[in-house]
Amino acid sequence: MDKWVEACSVDDIEEEDLVRFDHDGRTYAIYRSPENEYFATDGLCTHEQVHLEDGLVMEDVIECPKHNGRFNYKTGQALGAPACVNLKTYPVKVEGSAVYIDVG
Amino acid sequence: MNDMQLGVKRDYGMLGPSARRAVELGLASAGWYHTEVPRKTMKDLMKRTDVPAIRDTALWLGAMVLLAGAAVWLWPSWWSAPFFLAYGVLYGSASDSRWHECGHGTAFKTRWLNDVVYQIASFMMMRNPVTWRWSHTRHHTDTIIVGRDPEIVFMKPIELFRIFLNFFGILDAWHGMKSMVINACGVLDEDEKEFVPEMEQHKVVRIARIWLAIYIATIALAIATRSILPLMLVGLPRLYGAWHHVMTGLLQHGGLADNVTDHRLNSRTVYMNPISRFIYWNMNYHVEHHMFPMVPYHALPRLHKVIKDDLPEPNPSIWAAYKEMWPAVKRQLRDEEYFLKRELPPTAKPYRSEFHDLEALPMAAQ
Repeated sequence: MDKWVEACSVDDIEEEDLVRFDHDGRTYAIYRSPENEYFATDGLCTHEQVHLEDGLVMEDVIECPKHNGRFNYKTGQALGAPACVNLKTYPVKVEGSAVYIDVG
Repeated sequence: MNDMQLGVKRDYGMLGPSARRAVELGLASAGWYHTEVPRKTMKDLMKRTDVPAIRDTALWLGAMVLLAGAAVWLWPSWWSAPFFLAYGVLYGSASDSRWHECGHGTAFKTRWLNDVVYQIASFMMMRNPVTWRWSHTRHHTDTIIVGRDPEIVFMKPIELFRIFLNFFGILDAWHGMKSMVINACGVLDEDEKEFVPEMEQHKVVRIARIWLAIYIATIALAIATRSILPLMLVGLPRLYGAWHHVMTGLLQHGGLADNVTDHRLNSRTVYMNPISRFIYWNMNYHVEHHMFPMVPYHALPRLHKVIKDDLPEPNPSIWAAYKEMWPAVKRQLRDEEYFLKRELPPTAKPYRSEFHDLEALPMAAQ
């Protein structure tokens, strides 16, 4: 079932960057791509549960700040060791200046 | 908190009592102290580029080809010795830092360049690229946590003779070759199984078999030509060129604390000459590297400038660092609990003490 929640404002995220969003005991990462599109994944790296908020966004890739595990944040795909398990992704929409994610 | 306070000796195996205790105490996969750096600054420092690493790799491999060419040309005259010695350092020491940086995936922006150089450097260092990627991952998660970090050099009780042998790569090469043969037979030891995920273990075996084939071919060539020359170029430089990476590597954590969660307490930054920094790829900025492993080697001097007010004063040279470390290591020979606690500048935040109340350990800290 869809459950859209407002995560942040479009201006809260710089281009090619991410922010952390916590909701209902879970933590998420919201991304703004170089093409000015928004995406969302689980906030914790699947390798050792380090938060991705301090990571580096490079084009389609988020790199974990602890062990450099890499994921495609658009698809959640893990791109090689030490990241071996994909990230869960969430649908995102922008309405006005607000970014919503579907946590349902 | 440390092992001796609990009345037990340190056990450096990945499955022993120290490993279990580290998990119980919350030292495993703990949150570590980080200096605050504005996000904009950190993004700029983390930025990837191919240019410095392509330049440095061309210099490194180009110099190796020229030195090897000169050495072979002069062989078997003793005039070939200095060329071999220089070639050996690029093979048996510079490869260590290339293995390290490319393992992190930060040296180049282009992923396949990181991967190619990582494979070449791993071969020269006799480190299985899969096993060692995972062991180094653990080193960053649990830096110098006894029973968790598989890369601790100064294991207590410290055996100085073993460390001395490694200046000539003897033990490292022996273990590397032994693991290669065992892995090539399709077997991983218990520690390897602990930190290499099951889905990656077949890669360990595949690489070991390829390497074994290369070494067998090299030895066969040496036998066929009745000359040690092929082995002087492949394999033996891991021994006669290891001294520089051991000299710089011992300084990374030697004499400092174990079982702490603040890299300022267990890692050391040392200012070094430009040649050593080229060979070592700026890993002399070791506190900075551990705090922020996403910052590429070429940006570490800039990171150092940003955070140095929160770190202990770096040692001004390799010599000065050894002058500081050696008495501490000597004292650790008779007092395993002793460690160097270096003074922080007044601008720094205090050392982190959640797991290790340093003020309560006046006998242990200097």
